[in-house]
Amino acid sequence: MLDLLLSTLLDLLTLKHMTFMMVGVTVGLVIGVLPGLGGIAGLSLLLPFIYGMDQTSALAMLIGLVAVVPTADTFSSILMGIPGSSASQATVLDGFPLARQGEAARALAAAFFASMLGGMFGAVVLTAAVLAARPIILAFGSAELFMLTLFGLSTVAALSGGNLAKGVAAACLGLAFGMIGAAPATGEYRMDFDTLYLSDGLPLVIVGLGIFALPEMFDLLRGGGAIAQKGQSLGRGWFRGVRDVMRNPGLVLRCSGIGALIGAIPGIGGSVVDWIAYSHAMQTSKDRSQYGKGEIRGVIAPESANNAVQGGALLPTLLFGIPGSGSMAIFLAGMILLGLQPGPSMAERDLNITYTIIWSLAIANLLGTALCIGLAPGIAKLTLVRYTLIAPFMVMVLCFAAFQATRSYYDLLALLAVGVLGVFMRRFGWSRPAFLIGFVLSLGAERYLYQAVQFTGWDILTRPLVLVILALTLLSLWAGLRKSGGTAAINTEGAADGSRAARMWPQLAFAAVVLGLFVFTFAEGMKNSYLAMLFPVAVACVGGACALWVLFRQSRGAVAAGSANFDTEAEAKDRGPWPFLGWFLGFVAVTGVIGFFAALVLFFLAFLRVVARCPWWQVLVLTAAACSFLLVLASSLNLLFPGGVLQAHVDLPWPLR
Amino acid sequence: MTPITRRTLMAGGAALASAPVAAQAQARVDFSGRTLEWVIPFAEGGGSDVWARFLAPFLSRHMPGRPSVIIRNVPGGGSITGTNDFYARARPDGMSFIGTSGSTQVPFLLGDRRVRFTYANMPPVFVSPTGGVCYLPARFGVANAAELGKLRGQELVYASQGATSLDVVPMLAFEALGLRVRHVFGMRGRGEGRLALERGEASIDYQTSSAYLRQVVPMVQAGNAVPLFSWGVVDAQGVPQRDPTFPDIPHFTEAYEMMHGRKPSGVAYDAYLAFATAGFAAQKPVMLPPNTPANIVETYKAAFASMMTDPELLANKDAALGEYEQATGDAIGPLYRLGTTIAPDAREWVRNYLTTNHNVRF
Repeated sequence: MLDLLLSTLLDLLTLKHMTFMMVGVTVGLVIGVLPGLGGIAGLSLLLPFIYGMDQTSALAMLIGLVAVVPTADTFSSILMGIPGSSASQATVLDGFPLARQGEAARALAAAFFASMLGGMFGAVVLTAAVLAARPIILAFGSAELFMLTLFGLSTVAALSGGNLAKGVAAACLGLAFGMIGAAPATGEYRMDFDTLYLSDGLPLVIVGLGIFALPEMFDLLRGGGAIAQKGQSLGRGWFRGVRDVMRNPGLVLRCSGIGALIGAIPGIGGSVVDWIAYSHAMQTSKDRSQYGKGEIRGVIAPESANNAVQGGALLPTLLFGIPGSGSMAIFLAGMILLGLQPGPSMAERDLNITYTIIWSLAIANLLGTALCIGLAPGIAKLTLVRYTLIAPFMVMVLCFAAFQATRSYYDLLALLAVGVLGVFMRRFGWSRPAFLIGFVLSLGAERYLYQAVQFTGWDILTRPLVLVILALTLLSLWAGLRKSGGTAAINTEGAADGSRAARMWPQLAFAAVVLGLFVFTFAEGMKNSYLAMLFPVAVACVGGACALWVLFRQSRGAVAAGSANFDTEAEAKDRGPWPFLGWFLGFVAVTGVIGFFAALVLFFLAFLRVVARCPWWQVLVLTAAACSFLLVLASSLNLLFPGGVLQAHVDLPWPLR
Repeated sequence: MTPITRRTLMAGGAALASAPVAAQAQARVDFSGRTLEWVIPFAEGGGSDVWARFLAPFLSRHMPGRPSVIIRNVPGGGSITGTNDFYARARPDGMSFIGTSGSTQVPFLLGDRRVRFTYANMPPVFVSPTGGVCYLPARFGVANAAELGKLRGQELVYASQGATSLDVVPMLAFEALGLRVRHVFGMRGRGEGRLALERGEASIDYQTSSAYLRQVVPMVQAGNAVPLFSWGVVDAQGVPQRDPTFPDIPHFTEAYEMMHGRKPSGVAYDAYLAFATAGFAAQKPVMLPPNTPANIVETYKAAFASMMTDPELLANKDAALGEYEQATGDAIGPLYRLGTTIAPDAREWVRNYLTTNHNVRF
């Protein structure tokens, strides 16, 4: 085994193979930096080129990309407050506040260093586990997977913000949104309004961007300035970030372990790992007062976990041919195009291929971290730029990322709808992380409970592994709910101080809307046969009860409502996020008429001139830059932009088509 | 299911008119300098995507004028969205074509009301068959299909992707054989189904050919699993034949005879055969938009036929195509018809069966 490890390493370390790996790493870096685009888009970009390449070069290139995305996506999470990909949503919670306090350099350094350690950990796990992972993976049946989704949901307790009832209601709302589409037990379509678009469910990338990115963008635009409010110390803090990581070796190790394990179990998926790691960091901290306001441990934990996921996720991909995530599915396709079929022999006959992959993972993690650190000072300067200049680019990239989901106009509408919900949830302190966790785990929870009961009956509760996970879940609940240092819970939705409103009706109205959504879920749920009805109805009842409780508290008046009274607009003097939401709405509407590309050009011209008040030359230069960037990306992905009414009637040349 | 519209009638007329013309030598269309779009109504990374991406560079090489061929993924609605869209919008100029799969044929054959396309109106230019093998854990003591009678009264468990998915084929197969099988839905892919069997949760399973070779054959060699039957392939008359990848494994119809001692017949068997042919023996057709002129259709057919003689393709085809005879030229028509049609009474029977047993509402 040792000489095989060595010989595969030497084979990889030739100029040719390393060149291809650098190609993968570079593409991964660019794709990762762009918010919303992750491994799926990056691998699709490279897939057409692997034809005819030798296996080692191609694997090095693909893995190079996979390994660097969760490192590079940290940029937009920390600097822009926009999740770079679904794997780094939790990084936003503390990374972005750090950037706003002018500590972007420290946060980035900590994140990159933690990412690298996590990635290395993943590679080590893969080396050791590939020989023995089969029984471990097989030990996780549907019952265990169901318990893991419960474990994931238990983190809501820690992430529910200042008010537990609101947090639980938000999680239930996420669960309800996750149930849109075909029911796992019967295939009945729920809450799809008889549309093909919703019959597949809402795409995760759209929910993630809508719920986090859009509200953040509107808020930054209102501020009028740059992202960094105290931008002077930007260049410093690099060593401090690395030291922060060194000071928390246990946390890095535990979170990498969580990442590798969850990644290795097919069916849970990497998009919840960052939240589990984040809440783990919180639960194990003595002083939790800084979480959500710029706690460096809140950056280290998810970042060490999300890189370790990749190593773990390769196990089921290589051994069973079952991709653990969306990007692994495309990696698998790449392997088949190279003439490689995954299977048990990856741990026997084809061990050399497995080791090539492992070495690629380790080396690409190193290269990626080095590149990110090298690029960071330049990219971090973006936080000093007036945000009105950045916003149109963000709109472009967000919409581009959103319509990667199904390549249709509906993707933009869905982004808008979820974005509006996100704006209100943010304003009234309904935990968006809780919503997202509910959304991600929704179908998994329902599917695995149904399958476990169908496969084994209710004696699933006596399986030892189930009991272990149950104990962990209870522990996590207790740790999330316990009081620490006088503060009840963290503020995932900004500071509670200054958010006590005197005027209660906006909050009451939103709580009523939430209640209405649960009533709708209940009614829609009841239309189904028993198995497809159970989950929506149960979620609607729990969520509805919580929403009622919140309404009850809020209706007793501003003071009596206590922590249920939360309105970040309470003391706002401006016109709120509405003008900017209006701009976005206008853009989506115009897209519906003249198509995405033409609408984008108009949007850039108008926004830069009217809102950013740029001189015409600057307007034109920025618009041209944006368009050429978009065209290069779209043409290399063979993309058509979503069309509008115009395109339905007139034949236009690409990119207007 | 699809009402006869003026358009369908016209297309039918066009097909009739072009039939004798097609026999003559047609002027080939030259695609020099053009970019052809191969629409795949699935996301990147799926089976159909890999299949198209493997073939695209070869097709480009054999098309007159060597145009570039790009894959355009239009995912959504379990492939109905992309196919509907192509059917309604693609221009019949040979610049775009579509490759669907068994997962597209199943809702079409079931008469899913969201389906807005008709296979008969799209001229096929290539059909790529595949196969699969159904197997059982060795612990049941069943050595082959002839001993399936031993299972009488026992309930087997199958981990299914859904009652209206491609897994309707094994469902109909078990029904026709008279096996008592509980279907547990919600699997996302056959890989998860196999995992459930390896964990002991499911007790009967099938895998498509390449996954069977790679993942199940080691289990069979270790004495942990027993192959029962393959889906088989069909000849031009639709009669099942053994799968060339698994010449030693009986196909379903043989297995039925081994178990029951007589040939299968009746509407349940007809229904099974229609769906099995659509899902495996005649899955993954490549089609041009409705009303495409005959010379373009012929150009495509010739390019696909010539592509299948490319020595480089033949040397590398195993991973993406397997051992199967790819239908080109005159073989396309019969196979395409078999894979995209079903007798009305068989369709009605399946719809009733799914509604009665699995609450499917059509």
